[in-house]
Amino acid sequence: MAEFGKPDVVEEEVDVLIVGGGMAACGAGYEIGPWIEAAKAQGVDIKVKLVDKAAMDRSGAVAQGLSAINTYIGDDKDPADYARMVSNDLMGITRDDLTYDLGRHVDESVHLFEEWGLPIWKTDENGERHDGSKGMASLRDGGKPVRTGKWQIMINGESYKWIVAEAAKKALGTDRIQEHVFIVRLVNDKNDPNRIAGAVGFSIRDHRLFVYRAKAILLVAGGCVSIFRPRSVGEGLGRAWYPVWNAGSTYAMAAEAGAELTMMENRFVPIRFKDGYGPVGAWFLLFKAKATNAYGEVYLERNREMLNDYPPYGQAAVPAACLRNHLMLKEMREGRGPIWMDTVTALANLRETLSPREVKHLEAEAWEDFLDMCVGQCGIWAGENIEPEKKNSELMPTEPYLLGSHSGCCGIWASGPTDVGAPTSEKHPDKERIPSHLPEGWNWGYRGMTTVKGLFTAGDGVGASGHKFSSGSHAEGRMCAKAMVKYVIDNRDERPELDTPVDELIEEIYRPVRNFLEHKDYTTAIDVNPNYITPRMLQLRLQKIMDEYVAGVSTYYTTNEHMLDLAEQKLEMLKEDALKMRAKDLHELLRAWENYHRILTAEAHMKHIQFREESRYPGFYYRMDKNFVDEENWKCFVNSVYDKTTKSWTCFKRAHKDLVDKSKLFR
Amino acid sequence: MPTFVRTDKCDGCKGQDKTACAYICPHDLMKLDKEGSETGHVMQAYNQEPEQCWECYACVKICPQNAIESRPYADIVPLGGSVQPLRGTESIMWTIKFRNGSLKRFKFPIRTTPAGSIDPYGGKPAADINKIADNGFFVETDGFRSGDPSELIAK
Repeated sequence: MAEFGKPDVVEEEVDVLIVGGGMAACGAGYEIGPWIEAAKAQGVDIKVKLVDKAAMDRSGAVAQGLSAINTYIGDDKDPADYARMVSNDLMGITRDDLTYDLGRHVDESVHLFEEWGLPIWKTDENGERHDGSKGMASLRDGGKPVRTGKWQIMINGESYKWIVAEAAKKALGTDRIQEHVFIVRLVNDKNDPNRIAGAVGFSIRDHRLFVYRAKAILLVAGGCVSIFRPRSVGEGLGRAWYPVWNAGSTYAMAAEAGAELTMMENRFVPIRFKDGYGPVGAWFLLFKAKATNAYGEVYLERNREMLNDYPPYGQAAVPAACLRNHLMLKEMREGRGPIWMDTVTALANLRETLSPREVKHLEAEAWEDFLDMCVGQCGIWAGENIEPEKKNSELMPTEPYLLGSHSGCCGIWASGPTDVGAPTSEKHPDKERIPSHLPEGWNWGYRGMTTVKGLFTAGDGVGASGHKFSSGSHAEGRMCAKAMVKYVIDNRDERPELDTPVDELIEEIYRPVRNFLEHKDYTTAIDVNPNYITPRMLQLRLQKIMDEYVAGVSTYYTTNEHMLDLAEQKLEMLKEDALKMRAKDLHELLRAWENYHRILTAEAHMKHIQFREESRYPGFYYRMDKNFVDEENWKCFVNSVYDKTTKSWTCFKRAHKDLVDKSKLFR
Repeated sequence: MPTFVRTDKCDGCKGQDKTACAYICPHDLMKLDKEGSETGHVMQAYNQEPEQCWECYACVKICPQNAIESRPYADIVPLGGSVQPLRGTESIMWTIKFRNGSLKRFKFPIRTTPAGSIDPYGGKPAADINKIADNGFFVETDGFRSGDPSELIAK
């Protein structure tokens, strides 16, 4: 540990800094090049850098691969259809401006993926499915994708991220990419607290601190995993549904920089194959499998009337995802588990109409669905001797996840497009409670910019607009790239100045290392020491609090104001103790900072649930003291800002407005 | 299903400029034990935090020696099964071994173009600075969905 003195400091001034390396970052990295060239022709030189805590080929949520692209609109649907679907799935409270805008842009990215080499399944004129290597017409040239649901298309996506990263890396060039540096904190401007000035992080490979000054920063560091106690707590702790490296860094760093967050009460509780978290989409949609209780009853039919308790969201052709969980949880609570995915019947039905060649292909498709994106599920099937045509598999609702790009919509309040009829002023009875420095309306100049000047976000970062998935995150990153170039041109004479001296940043960031070096010789056991806490133990404590008091799996997703009060007290002490985390090496320093980000994200989640006096997402969480959906008082956004100095949150309402006609869903 | 490194196969990527598994792991789990001080195995890699392994298989797929395998989570899965890939440039081969000994093999395409062949801006137009605030991107690929204007009820 002798090498842990003062780190070497690498300082760099850029115009645009991209924090993250996932789909949104790759989209930005690709799109920005030609706009920089165009700006140069106008006499504005723009310097850009992308910083990823891992390696871009396999970083972000798509690292392992995917078996489907979940958002492809196609030429037969309208972006308004997409905005309607997203809205209903998220119980009516989404930003139509953001979802509509995403819907009209997203296919541009999907067409590029195919051009770059991503194999996309196709349907031939006889309706037979073919994998993406067969040289059939591309989507752009009229090739017909294999639709599972209305929005999803199947791919051979083992190398999805590898391909998208290759394009981004080549577009940027190696000089503009810094891998294995973990940005842990944004820095505001010395002369304007509501402007971003830079970001700081450390190398996880050697003892170097990186300080970036930037006019514009795109913060795209993923969603948040591992804040709730998962169902497996031994070796299986890492087998989360969304990748465990999503540590809430996007939300926490934005909050500390003063950005307004939105819908942080929202969460996603996917129903997945038990323990392995294997995807269910293809099984439900492509193989037409049904989920049943222990007695073979299809709970979606058995409990259908429960959907009428939640008009209108339960009454669409596809009821909101949380309500589908709600119907399943009734079976589990009343002792009619386990819940089965009836793979045996589904495959037997399909075999009746298929040739032997097609049956063989079908079996491969079923396995590829897991192998492309969730190998661990195959490990469970192999270990338990499960072949889906012979033996059914258990389903289980998981621990909660926080994200903005998949089927959740928590995130940052971001500026939307100006041409879709979005509000430009705030009309709300509680308007005076909105802190006065925050903008009114849904757009304030630059697409994707947060309420902090120069700070942009995309993908999991953007709140109130779920269901963008991999393709939508890429497209959203591209929109931000354009907006950031415009921002830099418009602000070309600004010089960012950090509000915190570099020496103070070093002290703050390496505090866990200091804690370790100062106290390690006090006891004979390195992990048991009254003067510090290991990042691992801190994470387990966070997971216990969130699970037991903030509607985790152990209470069947229930909480109430009294339990939330306790959570609040316990989280405050946990946040204090976070300053006592230790790091015995750079790997543990990475974990320490990830867990600090998790605590802030978890705290935001708890505060928002506390503020929203209803149960907006039955099946995802229930406030048992307010166990209803209250359209009159709570059909609105819950937003918040964090004060870094006082370490306190302010929650407030913002008005919701439909920009597309939702009643079409129910005709 | 935490990964493990076979002592009979790992060469620590001696001949390469970086340790492949340590480079690629998205969660910073794979570590090279240069001196053998942590594992007793000099110049071999290991998974330093198996309970944080997401089983993404990035290290398994990239290892030039095929030295990395995965053992299903001991706190969940009965022993004896395994899932092992062999990733090529165009396709990936999977071998699945069940606890009862039966085997399945699958091969799937992974990309339709040669690895490293993407020419990101080749044949693409320059960006028009006058359109920077417009909808769409610098290049059009027939994927922009303009939408029916009458759908926008608040406009």
